Amino acid sequence: MIDWSHTALTIAVILGSCLTLAGMMIWLERRLLGVWQERYGPNRLGPGGCLQSLADMIKIFTKEDWIPPFADKAVFVITPAIVVITALMSFAVVPVAPDFVVADLNVGVLFFLAMSSLAAYSVIIGGWASNNKFAFLGSLRAIAQLLSYEVFMGISLMGAVLLAGSFNLSDIVEAQRHQWFVIPQFFGFLCFFMAGLAEAHRTPFDMPEAEAELVAGYHSEYSGMKFGMFFVGEYLSILLLSAMTVILFFGGWHGPWLPPAVWFALKMFGFIVLIILIRATWPRFRFDQLLTFGWKIVMPLALINLLLTGGIVLWKAT
Amino acid sequence: MTVIRYIRDLLLGLWVVFKRTFTTPVTVQYPEERPYLPPRWRGRIVLTRDPDGAERCVACHLCSAACPVDCIALQAADNPEAHERRYPEFFRINFSRCIYCGMCEEACPTNAIQLIPDFEQGEYARRNLVYEKEDLLISGTGKYHDYNFYRVAGVRTLDKDKGQGANELPPVDVRSLMP
Repeated sequence: MIDWSHTALTIAVILGSCLTLAGMMIWLERRLLGVWQERYGPNRLGPGGCLQSLADMIKIFTKEDWIPPFADKAVFVITPAIVVITALMSFAVVPVAPDFVVADLNVGVLFFLAMSSLAAYSVIIGGWASNNKFAFLGSLRAIAQLLSYEVFMGISLMGAVLLAGSFNLSDIVEAQRHQWFVIPQFFGFLCFFMAGLAEAHRTPFDMPEAEAELVAGYHSEYSGMKFGMFFVGEYLSILLLSAMTVILFFGGWHGPWLPPAVWFALKMFGFIVLIILIRATWPRFRFDQLLTFGWKIVMPLALINLLLTGGIVLWKAT
Repeated sequence: MTVIRYIRDLLLGLWVVFKRTFTTPVTVQYPEERPYLPPRWRGRIVLTRDPDGAERCVACHLCSAACPVDCIALQAADNPEAHERRYPEFFRINFSRCIYCGMCEEACPTNAIQLIPDFEQGEYARRNLVYEKEDLLISGTGKYHDYNFYRVAGVRTLDKDKGQGANELPPVDVRSLMP
């Protein structure tokens, strides 16, 4: 029996906080980049500048929403929605605290992987529908990058799944009550984190939107709130990456003294800061290096990790 | 071993950037916190006056000739109320062109045109950047408080004879051999 009011409340809280956090992250990222570059960043609007995203949103809503005459109009319009929808759908399976999850699916991990694969479509058809060579180059890169990183993203997760013995994310968190999976699954964590950075198009894997090379990559032609949707979608996928890393490898809501949701939020915040720190520090990969790195180093690493984990789990079981 | 070095360098980079969290930004928060501008800083252009309160400008056109971007326009006229001395009938500086090079100030023989340390000239309409004489003329002496061109000029003028100017020695009697 599903308690509808509880579910509706959970959906409202998770949806609301995801969108708010995605907006706040834009401000957080700009402030943190400022701090690490010895400047201030946006600090004028509201306390510490925290209303900057609100102002940006008002600005971006009132901007001209230009659809280029040479673009494939229907696809062009749908694409930004796909980014946000897939990212938000993935949050349906994220267990924030015990019994605080929209859909406690038995195949939560697979659902997450499926949604992140669907998100790849938005990048690909967004660049294709724009009918612009830079957007096209961006989406070409995105195809190669997302397809290759998708593969070992799934494989690197399987170690955690094997240890927990379940695809259910709540069960995976529950299995980490005594030991976080980052210790037995350190390489799995590394592979997953790298693949997640590539999926979220973050430095050092932000080739699809390399602004130094491709104008803005696959969303060069987008303006107004359509561009804003891509932006929000990107920040949602960073949130999702941090959330999934925390759930799969860092014990989710487990932690002493504080309430579970607070622990979850704190750990997520740590990863968000780490991702921004990586952006502030590391340069972008060259594209061929990216694929070489993906297929020749991370992929074998993930496979070996899976093989060893599986072997040890079997050996312990017998 | 190269791999280990790469990883170490990457992590070291993260640490180096992270250490910046504890430094203070170098940014000057401009409207609240204003930088010190030295008196010779080249900003807005003004026309100054004598210690007596008369206009210094003698409309010699040297500033507009020296101006590399031709942003100064003026027209000379004779002033019947002040010994028929030349003065600018209009004096116009187009600040949307001005490059604040200070060549006009260097060219000016009477220290009339001066650049002052004020740079806040933002305007919404471009035509508001064209300053007329009444916008340029200030009531003070600018950087040279005691300077009065007609008092130091080594020639006879209507209100002083030769040798009567400020810091001026009496004229030498060229027919005398005495030192």
